[in-house]
Amino acid sequence: MRNSKVVSLEEAIRRSGLKDGQTISFHHHFRGGDKVVNMVVDKLAQMGFKDLKLAASSLSDVHKPLIEHIKNGVITGISTSGLRGELADAISHGLLPEPVVFRSHGGRGSAIAKGELKIDVAFLGASSADELGNATGHGEKSVCGSLGYALPDARYAKHVVVLTDDLVEYPNMPQSISAADVESVVVVESVGDSSKISSGAIRDSKNPRDILLAKQAAKVIINSGYFKDGFSIQTGTGGASLAAVKYIREEMIARGIKASFALGGITAHMVKLHEEGLIGKLIDVQSFDKVAAESIHNDPLHQEVSAVEYASGEHLGSATHALDIVILSALEVDTQFNVNVLVGSDGIIRGAIGGHQDTAADSALSIIVCPLLRGRIPCVVPKVTTLITPGKSVDVVVTEYGIAVNPARPEIAEKLKEAGLKVVDIKDLAAKASSIIGTPDPLPFGDKVVGVVMNRDGSVLDKIYNIK
Amino acid sequence: MKEAIAGTLESGDIMVKIGPGKGLEVELQSSVEAQFGRQIRALIAETLEGLGIKDAHVDAIDKGALDCTIRARVTAAAVRATGKDVWKD
Amino acid sequence: MMFVPGNNPGMMADAHIYGPDSIMLDLEDSVTMAEKDAARLLVHNALKSIDYGTTEMVVRINPLNTPYGKKDVEAVVKAGVDVIRMPKTETADEVRELEAEILKVEEEIGAVGRTQIMAAIESALGIVNAYAIATASKRMMGIALGAEDYSANLKTNRTPGGAELLLAREQIVVAARAAGIACFDTVYSNLDDMETFRKEVELIKTLGFDGKSIINPRQIEVVNEVFTPTEKEINKARAVVAAIKEAQAKGSGVIAVNGKMVDRPVVLRAERTIALAIAAGVISEEEAL
Repeated sequence: MRNSKVVSLEEAIRRSGLKDGQTISFHHHFRGGDKVVNMVVDKLAQMGFKDLKLAASSLSDVHKPLIEHIKNGVITGISTSGLRGELADAISHGLLPEPVVFRSHGGRGSAIAKGELKIDVAFLGASSADELGNATGHGEKSVCGSLGYALPDARYAKHVVVLTDDLVEYPNMPQSISAADVESVVVVESVGDSSKISSGAIRDSKNPRDILLAKQAAKVIINSGYFKDGFSIQTGTGGASLAAVKYIREEMIARGIKASFALGGITAHMVKLHEEGLIGKLIDVQSFDKVAAESIHNDPLHQEVSAVEYASGEHLGSATHALDIVILSALEVDTQFNVNVLVGSDGIIRGAIGGHQDTAADSALSIIVCPLLRGRIPCVVPKVTTLITPGKSVDVVVTEYGIAVNPARPEIAEKLKEAGLKVVDIKDLAAKASSIIGTPDPLPFGDKVVGVVMNRDGSVLDKIYNIK
Repeated sequence: MKEAIAGTLESGDIMVKIGPGKGLEVELQSSVEAQFGRQIRALIAETLEGLGIKDAHVDAIDKGALDCTIRARVTAAAVRATGKDVWKD
Repeated sequence: MMFVPGNNPGMMADAHIYGPDSIMLDLEDSVTMAEKDAARLLVHNALKSIDYGTTEMVVRINPLNTPYGKKDVEAVVKAGVDVIRMPKTETADEVRELEAEILKVEEEIGAVGRTQIMAAIESALGIVNAYAIATASKRMMGIALGAEDYSANLKTNRTPGGAELLLAREQIVVAARAAGIACFDTVYSNLDDMETFRKEVELIKTLGFDGKSIINPRQIEVVNEVFTPTEKEINKARAVVAAIKEAQAKGSGVIAVNGKMVDRPVVLRAERTIALAIAAGVISEEEAL
């Protein structure tokens, strides 16, 4: 067609005017199946680029090839919500010359909108795109649903390249990324491994510990005072969080209570409740499975939102400000209710902030569900290895040895005690953990700062040091 | 003393292989090396000393076993290696 | 009572978090011969070090006529086990033999009388001798049915309805009640069929059993639900007990509740209901008065 923006990847890079030292960005909606980051960075390396800063919404095990590119000086800086696998391990041991900048989803959206995180060229994968650049998360070869994390990049980056493996006839509607924001379109063989982008419906956990934690979490919600008609909820995707939805649903039906909306990473569980009429609307920044991805495509009451609309701290209209209840997980919680979801108890980076800081801070009731111990690793500790979510944002911690309530919420502790739940002092939980597994030796941290954890407002919350 | 093994590689367990050696040599691979490696090595040595064993070579692969499990597995391996049980007959 | 294999350290470490009334660590059928020695050490160390709270701790030892039985007794008594479960009990003599073994170890450590015994009956002869077994020792706190071995011994197999277990179940309840001790039913191993499991728990509750053996935390809730009296049953029981108290205060002989005569069996049943309700944590002891 006339004015087609379709070009080769190499041509798209040339047209973007990208120079050494500039910032490139990517989203992570293809999760473990993503091919875009590696494909683009490989090409940039080939073309001789150096000293690039990679601003991803998140990175995972599949991005291990970046290790080579970092060693060769192609990538010298990273900002992301999370890091996993060998890449994370290498960075924890000091691979990158600069510290990685970690931001929550809302924090990243905010930083991009405010101009604190300036993106020179955004490389945004899409399940389908037309020749002018209207792009969506729904296509022939892959389906990822919401493109919420890509939207701030599309809007604010200086230059936007859309990559797709399904070029469709103009106009590609309804579009997530607008052609008005797109400079080039690149058609590739595959943007992601479909089988790893989204699972089939995530099955309910049969693990007895997850079920125990889920039932407790559901009881906390039901007796919190927030469980009334029109409430809103967000859950993580851990086994216990998803299982909790099942028990909450039973009580919703029993009492004739409906939720006004569910927010966040949306899964088949939430879609099912919505289709049953138990949840009015779905606000989706990331569609975790095929069911959610199909639902967002077909259902007008299931809507995509950008990272900014989802969780930005200073935009008071962001959805987290309307959220009643959020169920989150944690790697560690300490006796001040601070939470760590990013760094393992061995000091190695192995997680992601995600929407943790945002939802915990803005929601009316934030509940952390985690086992007291994971094998010999304590999850309730005297002090978190790295501070990700400050304790004042955290209301309740649910473990299989009891429920701890932040002293700032005495009314919730009262309600839970009256309901017959085992409410305990968080210091007793930490003591219980160490009575079982002993006291760990201090970690062999070095002097090099390998990561900086940003607060939602752009200030520095904590530093991560290298492991020797 | 002959060579003997006790324990599995399952989560929460420790696999202990013990055989003849000079003095007490403990080689450990642990999933919680940074946090508990030192303490686990000490406990293995302590358990063997408690059994009156001063010379042995131990290879252990730990998957986050608690102290009680470590004591049990080290004792089992030692009993199997020496043929001397800790219980009466 | 939740069965936990004695050769699985991961499971033994926190089986109690699911709230079973008791945990049975097994050294017998779930442990291969090659691992009997190691399992015994795992169970001994677990009992000594792990804080199981108020959960009653039981260990199923190997029979005394195997190379393992006596060492099992030594290991678990020295670790402070609450109850030793003896498998495949057939005669009162076997009970006395175990009792002697237990006493030997208890005397060595200065803890005489601490350990109780539970006899599992798993054969026709055991059923025939149920009352003798139940009364063979002051330490005997309960008898239980082991249906797998029992039905094999009868030369039949297990069926969902449990017809082959009718006599055995009733015999065990009768023997236990005559001896004034507790009785426990056998395990149900199909975790995917919670429906049939629930029916079986309802049946054995009706038969008079005090409890059931389970093999997975998922089964705990069903057993608790079936055994916990409903609000209606509790209120009815309280009405009966209140009527009795009132009648005693007035010195009157005949008591009626809601127009029905209340005689001794009714009163006993009401008291048992209230005791169950208190045990289940549904009402407190004060509320029951």
